Amino acid sequence: MSLVRVFVMSFAVTMVSMLNIGTANAKSELVIGITQYPSTFHPNIDSMLAKSYVHGLTRRPVTAMSADWETVCLLCTKLPTLENGDAVLEMTPDGKEGIAVTYKLHAEAVWGDGVPVTSDDVIFTWEVGKHPKSGVSAAEGYRRILKIDRVNDKTFTFHIDRRTFDYNNISTLGILPAHIDRKNFEVPEAYKIKTAFDTDPMNPGLFMGPYRMTVAKPGSHMVFERNEKWWGKAPAFEKITMRVIENTSTLEANILSGGIDMISGELGLNVDQAVAFEKRHGDKFQIIFKPGLIYEHIDLMLDNPILQDVRVRQALLFSIDRDAISERLFGGKQPVAHTSINPLDWIYADDIPKYPFDMTKADALLNAAGWSKKVKGIRVNDKDETLRFDIMTTAGNRTRELVQQVLQSQWKAAGIDVRINNEPARVFFGETVTKRKFDSLAMFAWISSPESVPRTTLHSDSIPSEENNWGGQNYTGYVNPEMDALLEQIELELDRDKRKALWHRLQTIYATDLPALPLYFRANSFIMPKWLTGVRPTGHQFPTTLWVEDWDVAK
Amino acid sequence: MTAFIIRRVIHSLIVIVVMSFVIYGLMGLMPGDPIDLMISADPNVTAEDAERLRAFYGLDQPLWSRYLNWLGAAVQGDFGYSRLYAQPVWAAIIPALQNTLILLISSLTLALVIALPAGIYAATRPYSVADYSINLAAFAGISMPPFWLGILLIMVFAVVLGWLPAGGTADAGGASGMWESIKFLILPVAALTIAGIGGHTRFMRASMIETLRQDYIRTARAKGLSENRVVLHHALRNALIPVVTILALDLGVLFSGALITETVFAYPGMGKLIFDAIMGNDYNLALVGLLLATALTLIGSLLADIAYASLDPRINYTDMDQ
Repeated sequence: MSLVRVFVMSFAVTMVSMLNIGTANAKSELVIGITQYPSTFHPNIDSMLAKSYVHGLTRRPVTAMSADWETVCLLCTKLPTLENGDAVLEMTPDGKEGIAVTYKLHAEAVWGDGVPVTSDDVIFTWEVGKHPKSGVSAAEGYRRILKIDRVNDKTFTFHIDRRTFDYNNISTLGILPAHIDRKNFEVPEAYKIKTAFDTDPMNPGLFMGPYRMTVAKPGSHMVFERNEKWWGKAPAFEKITMRVIENTSTLEANILSGGIDMISGELGLNVDQAVAFEKRHGDKFQIIFKPGLIYEHIDLMLDNPILQDVRVRQALLFSIDRDAISERLFGGKQPVAHTSINPLDWIYADDIPKYPFDMTKADALLNAAGWSKKVKGIRVNDKDETLRFDIMTTAGNRTRELVQQVLQSQWKAAGIDVRINNEPARVFFGETVTKRKFDSLAMFAWISSPESVPRTTLHSDSIPSEENNWGGQNYTGYVNPEMDALLEQIELELDRDKRKALWHRLQTIYATDLPALPLYFRANSFIMPKWLTGVRPTGHQFPTTLWVEDWDVAK
Repeated sequence: MTAFIIRRVIHSLIVIVVMSFVIYGLMGLMPGDPIDLMISADPNVTAEDAERLRAFYGLDQPLWSRYLNWLGAAVQGDFGYSRLYAQPVWAAIIPALQNTLILLISSLTLALVIALPAGIYAATRPYSVADYSINLAAFAGISMPPFWLGILLIMVFAVVLGWLPAGGTADAGGASGMWESIKFLILPVAALTIAGIGGHTRFMRASMIETLRQDYIRTARAKGLSENRVVLHHALRNALIPVVTILALDLGVLFSGALITETVFAYPGMGKLIFDAIMGNDYNLALVGLLLATALTLIGSLLADIAYASLDPRINYTDMDQ
């Protein structure tokens, strides 16, 4: 054998062995690309998707919503219900109808430093949550808890000041480690700055999930390694890295070049980008589209005299072909919405008024509303007023701008002159929408959760005004006493069948009155390597990472 | 000279204080506040919560009062807390500043090393094939949109050839060692350098052509000096003065303006940090970031003035000191 041949063979063997090492490493480590870095790691200060996604690896809520859309225990051992006796109806000290709910934490649940997760941690979390100066953003859930009884180290009872149907769901309560953070809460005003979640975010005692964070470089990346103290099923990957890449083109380039293994569905590509990616590289990756609870819609300004006529609102919806938009722009991956309730939600009602593309009906409704004449193709009424609206959305959001242009041309065909007037998100959400300064149509999305009562968006007491300091999110100014009553009843109705009937009525009213034009439910697109198994998109606000121990490498 | 520098430093401090007020005021005029952004991200935040949080963060106070509070603390060395990064402002800024300085110093050095000789070469052979070629390349560099150039470089060198990482930093890619760190820098530095070469070459060429027309250059040539000596010894120092001025002013712009390059290459630097702070209504972070950019421009301008004195013997600050 010649020397050259020996050299070539040795080189080839070395390269193959290096390749094998590379593959083995790649499979013991997973690199995920995400588009956002959490602004804080504190579970209860500020809410953001990036933080939920990260905490899915490192923490467990007491309860969560599974991929099958059912409330399940993650840190507790049994979901308390009225039927199993762990939830008991009671009266509050001031004579109102309340409820006592008892939870038992998993016996082996410990923090990453080996200290058990106990009822004391839950009580400490409540003390922080309800304190007006702790900096916790959504404090309503904590304020509703009147008292917590510490039954033993692992068992505690909440006494809640009202009987809501979701009494056993405490997923928003992110348990804090009292043994670490209590000293930081001695001066509550300073807690937001002193909390160990931000001053010492790699402290293993902050985590009780399958992984613990070992590196956190703001705006760049985070590294997670197995939590040695995790009591549940061992996760398959030794290390998970999350790289923050905001630019979606760069995100695509990174997955193609092997810089990252997967693009998170929760914080990744828009569906139109993912559909295009699938066409180009679908054979190399595993791509899952999962419609979720992000409800894209157009809020209608009901102070506008033209839009006060329900026939005009219905005609606006009849004259747009949402099925075609979904099919052509999103490859049919984003289902058309009929109300704000997602078809995956158990409360969804199918037998409600629907508005398929029907120009004849749109024409009849507009004629009946007095917009029968046409001048240069645009409708006018008897007073020679033109049927004209402004449509606003977030400038720079490519998907929305694309949809907006299609809608504009479809409405023009119906004789409705719609003009595009977009603003940067900062102005749009900071001023125009929140202070009800849009003239007619505002296109944006609501992030919801399963069986979420749309009180803040539909109740008449939630119309923002100077008097209520622009509180509430009923930006359309929708007022319907029956809707108000339904919203109040649904929250307090414990019987599922009765509640379903109320939800049915709510959806019927919504679909008839149309305070907003439903467009579609946004889908998340998960782009993953073919060898990755066990990732189960949920379609709701609980991220896939909450079940990271089920992720594995295909055998 | 010392008195001149001290006077300029005092002037700069006054400019920074005035700028802090202007920037704070401008940010206050922007619509919405951090709580509005919080509400849009979390439907569970009630109107009561929003009011409580506004009071907690002091957002219910008038703008001037918030500014005075900030200024009072800043004078004592406390520049506040970044709401976006949940850290003291400096803790958020320092890593980004380091990244930006590495990026900028590398790209600026490389751009100058290429642009200055190219500009001089073109100027000494005006309207020749070499001059036209250099001009064409310079215009191509100036005209290429940075985001397009960035994506192009990524597609060619990371996706197609697979030679270089597509973006991020070495530690984000799990790499270690000097060469690994350099590999992550090559594409963003190349993008910034290509964009910078064009402008600097054009400035250098124009300035050198102008200088070569001066009487003292004619005199030097008449004395029989070699062309290289005329250009490099007599003309270059004077020709560099306008280039130094542009460079000094560019320093601040480059510092905060590498936003597109940083975004395309997922490179956590100052440009992106300031942009995110403004869009996320993080007053403290945006303010300190923009003040740093202001300070850098002022320092650049001071360095340029000092450089003038060494480049041109006719410039003397001693008279001004008296």
